[in-house]
Amino acid sequence: MKITLNGEPIEVVAMTLSGLLEEQGQSGRVATAVNEVFVPANARSECRLAPGDRIEILAPMQGG
Amino acid sequence: MKSFYGETISSPLMLGTAQYSSPAVLERAFRESGASVATVSLRREGSGGAGQTFWAMVRDLGVRILPNTAGCHSVKEAVTTAQMAREVFDTPWIKLELIGHADSLQPDVFQLVEAAKILADDGFDVFPYTTDDLVVGERLLEAGCEVLMPWGAPIGSGRGLQNEYALRALRAEFPDTPLVVDAGIGVPSHATRAMELGCDGVLLNTAVAKAGDPVTMARAMAKAVEAGALAHLADPMEPRDMAEASTPVIGKAFLS
Repeated sequence: MKITLNGEPIEVVAMTLSGLLEEQGQSGRVATAVNEVFVPANARSECRLAPGDRIEILAPMQGG
Repeated sequence: MKSFYGETISSPLMLGTAQYSSPAVLERAFRESGASVATVSLRREGSGGAGQTFWAMVRDLGVRILPNTAGCHSVKEAVTTAQMAREVFDTPWIKLELIGHADSLQPDVFQLVEAAKILADDGFDVFPYTTDDLVVGERLLEAGCEVLMPWGAPIGSGRGLQNEYALRALRAEFPDTPLVVDAGIGVPSHATRAMELGCDGVLLNTAVAKAGDPVTMARAMAKAVEAGALAHLADPMEPRDMAEASTPVIGKAFLS
């Protein structure tokens, strides 16, 4: 299905958020949001994706 | 030294991790600064995993981590970012930034108070980046903040403390609340001045990261905050308009 991941449209096979992370090779320390709502790590496997979902995968970054 | 949400910190210096020319320079600057707290952020993770490399380096600094909500312009965006930061960095500490004006990066204090309340109610330890407004400070404390972080000058401007009077007023009004001057520090004397006024900390980034020699500037900042804190403890003399001879007059020879 088509979703938007970190602002970029992509085609994915995964049906859940945890599946998407695996598909994208994101095994590190990241936080996730679906359609601008935070999804905690322990809720990712229950979080089913739908076409058009906007997913954000964020990681530690330099900041002031 | 006052505690920050129950945590005592080893140095009043809090240092940002952005804008360094390389991770090695960042690491050396941090160690020279003796900073007790590192500010960090959250950004989109690409496939290269740059965030994970950065995280490993920051974790090894052995300092407290203070994630920010930099660049957020709405309550919803800031709250969601804070929730994500709490999970990634495994800390309830959050530097709450809610920007209201593009050129000055001035905090939107109305939204700031609203977001602070939501986050404090949700168990966050909120470090609000605010203006030096006394009444806003009061509202932030009412919202559940136990620390105030007034600006000295706009972020990255290096202009120093633009309104010492306001900072003095905050200090006098909230004697038991930790105050951290966040933003606007350009040179060590600015940091010293903040500490002389009785602030409990200084948060800076650009002044070190964008110095010609960040590592040496980090050392200078360490000494600056220490000097200012000691000076405050030592209860400085009051300035006078006229001279007052320091050498005793009694016993002076008559030679004219």
